[in-house]
Amino acid sequence: MESFTKIKRKLRRKTVGIAGAGGLGSNCAVALARVGIGKLIICDFDKVTRANLNRQYYFNEQIGQQKVFALADNIFFIDPYVKVLPKNIKLSPANIKESFKSCDVIVEAFDKAEMKEMLIETVLDEMPEKPLVVGLGMAGWGKNEIIKSRNIDNLFICGDEETEISPELPPLAPRVGIVANMQANQVLELLLNQ
Amino acid sequence: MQITLNNRPEIIDKKEITISELINLKSFTFKLLVTKINGNLIKKADRETAVIKDGDKVDIIHLISGG
Repeated sequence: MESFTKIKRKLRRKTVGIAGAGGLGSNCAVALARVGIGKLIICDFDKVTRANLNRQYYFNEQIGQQKVFALADNIFFIDPYVKVLPKNIKLSPANIKESFKSCDVIVEAFDKAEMKEMLIETVLDEMPEKPLVVGLGMAGWGKNEIIKSRNIDNLFICGDEETEISPELPPLAPRVGIVANMQANQVLELLLNQ
Repeated sequence: MQITLNNRPEIIDKKEITISELINLKSFTFKLLVTKINGNLIKKADRETAVIKDGDKVDIIHLISGG
């Protein structure tokens, strides 16, 4: 069994890319920062709003700030030795490979299904060797028993794969946090096996 | 022919079928999907022409919003 010091030394050399800094991305990034991942490349173009605070890792006084810079600040307060490269960009097929080519693992953390489809298709097409951890299905509350994970080749899926957000089933901190942390846990498993 | 669809065995009453035909046949209502045959990505634009044959392993992943 590896000692915690050895594990931390290994993780210090790793880089993780995070596509989206919302409910999944901000919580996953914080979990990865707390275990001491060397570098996080975080991409998003959005600003923090009041409505985000029900599940995303931001604070009241950060409303109006660009998410990637607010998240970089929050990670700095947790562990200043974690390098964060915030990219205030909208990801598209034209810039995904360039943005994440130096990463050991990529985390898909978008909210819209269209964006999930675009990212998964681009990564599987242009970087099929790169492990990709996606969050799929975490709306509403309860139903702990249906949240699961599985993989298809290099694509790792975390979530219940059935609950979609709607006015009746909003995204809420507990289930979004569970899936974000499952994604971080999957990333750790991949990195420590590399 | 017999294929494996999302890890389950599936009998299809044809010698071959395209990804698009399979999506219609199985009445998958989700519009946003990622499709693979034998581990290879079949891009959205290629679903009409990508052919599934006997013994193939097919994955159709439904994408849903939330995050």
